[in-house]
Amino acid sequence: MNSDSSTGPSRATARRAFEERRRRRSIAIATTSTVVFVGLVVLLVPRMPRWDRVKQSFFSGEQFADSFPRLLDAFVLDLKIFAWSVPIILGFGMLVALARVSRNPALFPIRALCVIYVDLMRGVPVLLWIYLIGFGVPGLGLDRPWNSPLLWGTVALCLTYSSYVSEVFRSGIEGVHESQRAAARSLGLTHGQTLRLVVIPQAVRRVIPPLMNDLVSLQKDVALVSLIGPIEILRQAGIDKSKFANFTPYVVAAVIFLCITVPLTRTADWLLARERRRTGGTRIAA
Amino acid sequence: MTALLSIRNVHKSFGSNDVLRGISLDVPRGSVVAFIGASGSGKSTLLRCLNLLEPIDDGEIILDGTDISAPGFDANVARRDVGLVFQSYNLFPHMNVLRNVTLALTHAAGIAKDEAESTAKELLDRFGLADKARAYPEQLSGGQQQRVAIIRAVALRPSVLLLDEVTAALDPQLVGEVLDLIAELRNSGMTMLMATHEMNFARDVADTVCFLHEGTIHEMGRPDEVLESPREERTKAFLARTMRR
Repeated sequence: MNSDSSTGPSRATARRAFEERRRRRSIAIATTSTVVFVGLVVLLVPRMPRWDRVKQSFFSGEQFADSFPRLLDAFVLDLKIFAWSVPIILGFGMLVALARVSRNPALFPIRALCVIYVDLMRGVPVLLWIYLIGFGVPGLGLDRPWNSPLLWGTVALCLTYSSYVSEVFRSGIEGVHESQRAAARSLGLTHGQTLRLVVIPQAVRRVIPPLMNDLVSLQKDVALVSLIGPIEILRQAGIDKSKFANFTPYVVAAVIFLCITVPLTRTADWLLARERRRTGGTRIAA
Repeated sequence: MTALLSIRNVHKSFGSNDVLRGISLDVPRGSVVAFIGASGSGKSTLLRCLNLLEPIDDGEIILDGTDISAPGFDANVARRDVGLVFQSYNLFPHMNVLRNVTLALTHAAGIAKDEAESTAKELLDRFGLADKARAYPEQLSGGQQQRVAIIRAVALRPSVLLLDEVTAALDPQLVGEVLDLIAELRNSGMTMLMATHEMNFARDVADTVCFLHEGTIHEMGRPDEVLESPREERTKAFLARTMRR
């Protein structure tokens, strides 16, 4: 006891000094390796045989300035499609999830239908659904505005993403511990009230991070609708590319996408980290 | 003395596992029954059956003259009258303490929000948790959480309160505050059935102690009889094992 307290302070100082040395060393290593890596890229890439031509056709400053406003305008359509789709996807995805976790025997046909729906949507690339629905349904010869590929492309997007999101919601609902339902039912709440007041709020909180990841993917996949006609950013970039025989418009489109998706991804990561901290805490058998 | 709660020949099995094999017991109003016995003896299952969380296979549960286990009887109504508190508290983590207590009052019992909140605040105040009304469960100690869970069940003014090993998940120094609350409820006349490992507490609070073994009441009597001079060999062996710890 006595010897402990006498050696304590000096040992603590020594440990702090050691930690400090270690921390400095790792910072030094990280800095050196970054400088070396960036230096190699800057030195080597311009020495590639056709760098000048690549620079001209992908990173032309003039072309960038010329295309940027036009592409930004076209991007508004992407944002609109995204904004219409998100509430539909969240709502429909939740409905499908609820149908799949229901135990009511009367709902069996709906449950079976939902399983088939989710399997079909998840098992086929988004692009294929956009082609099938976006070209197929207007092909039925409907009148305006029901023959718009934009409309049916968006519908295809909503249907596929609703299936992904329904699986996220379902895992969230099933992740709420049985004891929570038991507690709610033991107090006399009905099955529906238990779901609405106890299970769903906890499930939604839990799945916000994976949900955000799906929304980031959706934001990018909106561009696929361009392949059946609507002139949104990707298609506009293609038009610009052909017109000016220059690939810079694609780089512009990439930059515009990044401005939206990077903050979204970072937010998702941050939410996930926060959720981990919260549930990794002191809560017992929630 | 007529019984408030009559448990008659209750059977319950999960698959081929017969957990309750004919439990019968009369509980007079205002009395406290403690169930003791090894894990797996059926204590928790019995309490969950009495709250109708688990449907029973055979037998009857008569509460105040009504067979609440009868097919077609509205279980949600019965559950409001038979409170159940769990070992792991099971508070709703996304709601503050006040909302945890008022939720069933407003949504199951149909009491107006204002009235429910004043009932809840009164109870929280009475049991020394008034300053925690706005706190969330994860901000509370285990003892505080369990007290809130008991208050949540009591707020519905049940005829019977079931306590399922409510101190088993707590740190030893937090057990006292929960037991004090239960003792106070007893003094205010609450009828309680509790599964417990706290033999000393059972001796102090219970009017009747039942030793459960393999789904039957193996021995039953006043606490001093069962706990101090048990007649059955199995009771003796169980108590010897438990007391040694």
